[in-house]
Amino acid sequence: MKRRDFVKKATLSSFASLIGADLVFGSKMLKGYTPLALQDPDPFKLFNKHKDMVVLNDKPWNIEAQAHLLDDKITPNSCMFIRNNGLVPEDIDPKTWTLTIDGESVKNKTSYTLSELKSKFQQHTYQLTLECGGNGRAEFDPPAKGNQWTVGAVHCASWTGVRLRDVLEDAGIKNNAVYIGYHAIDKHLSMDPNKEPISRGCPINKALQDETLLAFKMNGEDIPLVHGYPLRLVAGGWPASVSGKWINRISIRNKVHDGTKMTGTAYRVPCEPVAPGDKVKDEDMCIIESMPVKSIITYPKTGAIIKKEKSLNIRGHAWAGELEVAKMEYSIDFGATWNTCPVEKPKNRLAWQHFSATVNFPKPGYYEVWARATDTNGIAQPMLLPGWNPKGYLNNACHRIAIKVT
Amino acid sequence: MNKEETFRVQVRKVRRLLMLLLALFIISGGGMLYYMVNPNALDFMLKPETVAFKPIEVDEDRIENGIHVRTGLVDAEGLMTVVNNCTNCHSSKLVTQNRMNAERWNTTIKWMQETQNLWDLGRNQEVIVNYLVTNYPPKAKGRRSVLTDIDWYALED
Repeated sequence: MKRRDFVKKATLSSFASLIGADLVFGSKMLKGYTPLALQDPDPFKLFNKHKDMVVLNDKPWNIEAQAHLLDDKITPNSCMFIRNNGLVPEDIDPKTWTLTIDGESVKNKTSYTLSELKSKFQQHTYQLTLECGGNGRAEFDPPAKGNQWTVGAVHCASWTGVRLRDVLEDAGIKNNAVYIGYHAIDKHLSMDPNKEPISRGCPINKALQDETLLAFKMNGEDIPLVHGYPLRLVAGGWPASVSGKWINRISIRNKVHDGTKMTGTAYRVPCEPVAPGDKVKDEDMCIIESMPVKSIITYPKTGAIIKKEKSLNIRGHAWAGELEVAKMEYSIDFGATWNTCPVEKPKNRLAWQHFSATVNFPKPGYYEVWARATDTNGIAQPMLLPGWNPKGYLNNACHRIAIKVT
Repeated sequence: MNKEETFRVQVRKVRRLLMLLLALFIISGGGMLYYMVNPNALDFMLKPETVAFKPIEVDEDRIENGIHVRTGLVDAEGLMTVVNNCTNCHSSKLVTQNRMNAERWNTTIKWMQETQNLWDLGRNQEVIVNYLVTNYPPKAKGRRSVLTDIDWYALED
């Protein structure tokens, strides 16, 4: 094969792996022709997203679902929110990709190729709930800074990979290990090569949990590029920013990781409650760990009109960070009365749980169905916005849908 | 016809055949060589118009119905200062999503200068902040808003 042809075919095949599909007639593509997906600003085609997904930001790409798109028990790629701090990387070669374990508290700095990770360590599959720390930010008053997520920055996909614990233990963890911090290849918006768009992590005990994975598959296939191909850290139940994408290095730290978006106000809330709009000093802000209890009604889509004699079947999911959901309730009278409804046990720890109910309405009119989950510590979702915080994190107020009975 | 003449005729025939074969060989060999150099030569179906071509906008800063088309920003005093300083690194969508007063915008600008490589805005900072607080003021939402923009539909099942 001539070099030029080889280069062309190689570029096309790596492109095919980027968009997750083979390029039919790729070999007939004219020289100098840029494949549609790379030049087309249409994010729905670019990322294979459902047409009802909502684009909050196109540089960097931030896209959320609507409640009714999250009806599947395992969220398909088409309905998974996209959250980026920097630019989505290109030209990823899985054959040369390596993951390096380093840091003050590693015994032996070690690098692994993807095939070494896959062959050397046992593989595990878990359904893991990932929710953006800022999901629900749009409701805070005064408004909080950042992308104005409403309800759709959450998903529960099936992730396959190796346990982070197995890899860290293979490299060796010193007794003074406190935290892990990830590093990835995405570029900063300013294109400054010395800046990382995001480099977060978690305490060592979270890193060593069974369910904390270095994942290379999502829903049984290669992880889509925008969700972290070829390697993603997945730490269910914590702000999704802990689950770093495009990971090529993990540092075992002897102190709390101090990478980008670990400090200041990023992914932190006031250690003590503050009044709405208060200024909070950086040193009075604490890092978010487990996400709070929350639920979402995914069926029917809000705005359903039903006949008076019909009952309404509703369903959705509930999750509680590190904990489980113990009780699920709904109300059709703005919380004056609550009805308990069944909620399934999670498929595995940190997977969201499914609830369903049959709702009857006493007379025609406008109703809202409100859903409320309670975790195993007896903590329930508030009906009003929880404590205001400068960056608008952790809004776990009850979700509701509008119904008209005629 | 004597033997010698018959032999000469046969030699001529053989020579003609050999010449023909040689010509065929040269033509097909040349063709193959050309194809090796230009692998697309036989793809008659490929027409030049399949090449992606993006026409260059005559005016990339045109305004339609009071909106700066390229960024979606409201056409008002300070528009181009905002476009030129605030849409290089991130999308204008990040600007318009955020509703802040002047003090918080100034704090945000300082944060971008300290951590995100934003340049010194000089006198433009006041122009930018005025544009933002005038055209994108914060809206009071209270502890919980009523549900709005409901898309009503008949549910059959």
